[in-house]
Amino acid sequence: MAGAKEIRSKIKSIQNTQKITKAMEMVAASKMRKAQERMRASRPYADKIRNVLAHLAQAHPEYRHPYLSDREQVNRVGYIIVSTDRGLCGGLNTNMFKAAVKEMIEWDSQGVDVDVCAIGKKAVGFFGRFKCNLVAQADHLGDSPSMEDLIGTVKVMLDAYDEGKIDRLFLVHNVFVNTMTQQPLIHQMVPVSGDVDQQLEHHWDYIYEPDARHIIDGLMFRFIESQVYQGLVENIASEMSARMVAMKSATDNAGDIIKELQTVYNKARQAAITQEISEIVSGAAAV
Amino acid sequence: MSMTMHVDIVSAETEIYSGTVTECYAPAEMGEVGIHPRHAPLITKLKPGEVRIILQDGEEQSFFVNGGILEIQPHVVTILSDTAIRAADIDEAAANEAKAKAEAAMADKKSDLDYARAKAELIEAIAKIETIKKLRKRK
Repeated sequence: MAGAKEIRSKIKSIQNTQKITKAMEMVAASKMRKAQERMRASRPYADKIRNVLAHLAQAHPEYRHPYLSDREQVNRVGYIIVSTDRGLCGGLNTNMFKAAVKEMIEWDSQGVDVDVCAIGKKAVGFFGRFKCNLVAQADHLGDSPSMEDLIGTVKVMLDAYDEGKIDRLFLVHNVFVNTMTQQPLIHQMVPVSGDVDQQLEHHWDYIYEPDARHIIDGLMFRFIESQVYQGLVENIASEMSARMVAMKSATDNAGDIIKELQTVYNKARQAAITQEISEIVSGAAAV
Repeated sequence: MSMTMHVDIVSAETEIYSGTVTECYAPAEMGEVGIHPRHAPLITKLKPGEVRIILQDGEEQSFFVNGGILEIQPHVVTILSDTAIRAADIDEAAANEAKAKAEAAMADKKSDLDYARAKAELIEAIAKIETIKKLRKRK
């Protein structure tokens, strides 16, 4: 029975792997549900604050916040890149990094420097190896990140913008489309690019209490915070569903391999039996 | 047609209320504001306190917000609060406890940071207790 034992132990080891991927799939599925709920729960706030800001961008305030006006000369741009802490989630991170790197190369060809702020262990690792300027990082935020963990890193980038070190700030994360599809998204956070509705172009302004500067500053900070937070939460939902899908296909593949190996094993076993019988028969004939 | 406006109350965690109302009262930083439809555009900060809305059928609902931002458009009011709960869900015992704790923390001030935080907590707890008292009186 040549090789039968090896094949059996191979099957055994693949079965063990299958058990692990199956368990990971189930864990990811239950985490995904929670992450999706969290994402849905915080979406209204992010949407509403974006609305308010879009209104504000249309208004003609006496005080114009630096985040609202475009800078003509772009010398250096900043990217906040939100990735996962753990791997085994398919091409989720890779696709996003590819998209981000493509843009960075474009900036580079225009002679614009790029600063990177990495959130999540994978981004920290990738952009650490990659030749770029990593200015801030945060990882191990867990499945239910809190605002406080983010504020520090985000503030580094916003301070850089205030000081004029960077002229544009982008946020890169995965958007949760549905369980099967996640898409990397790069969008400009600062200066805020509001879609200006032409119909509302008449001259009006808010009444500010107590004063415009105070309020707009507060609102801007909350806005950036909520955008990054929303990005992070969406990324986690994407991670979980990507992992679930990846693990499901891994489990299926393991099943296929086991089936194939089983056939090979059966054939080997059958060949051994046939050989034994023919040996016995020919032995008996000789006597 | 009676005049109405749309009110959205959202907190960072969830959407609390979204619907049509005839009147809305909110604790703005400069004092409580009453909002009717066709109010001039206004934007202001909120302090911890009660947000009251009056629905089309005259029913009154009460919420507690812990600071935030209020935006008014003629027919849309948006309240972006840090945290918001329905007034009826306020845990009065917990609020009283928080108040006592904050007062104790303020009494033995170790650092300015602790003091500021305790003060903020105290203001929030008092606002919660006020909200629930008001709610009870009305009932």
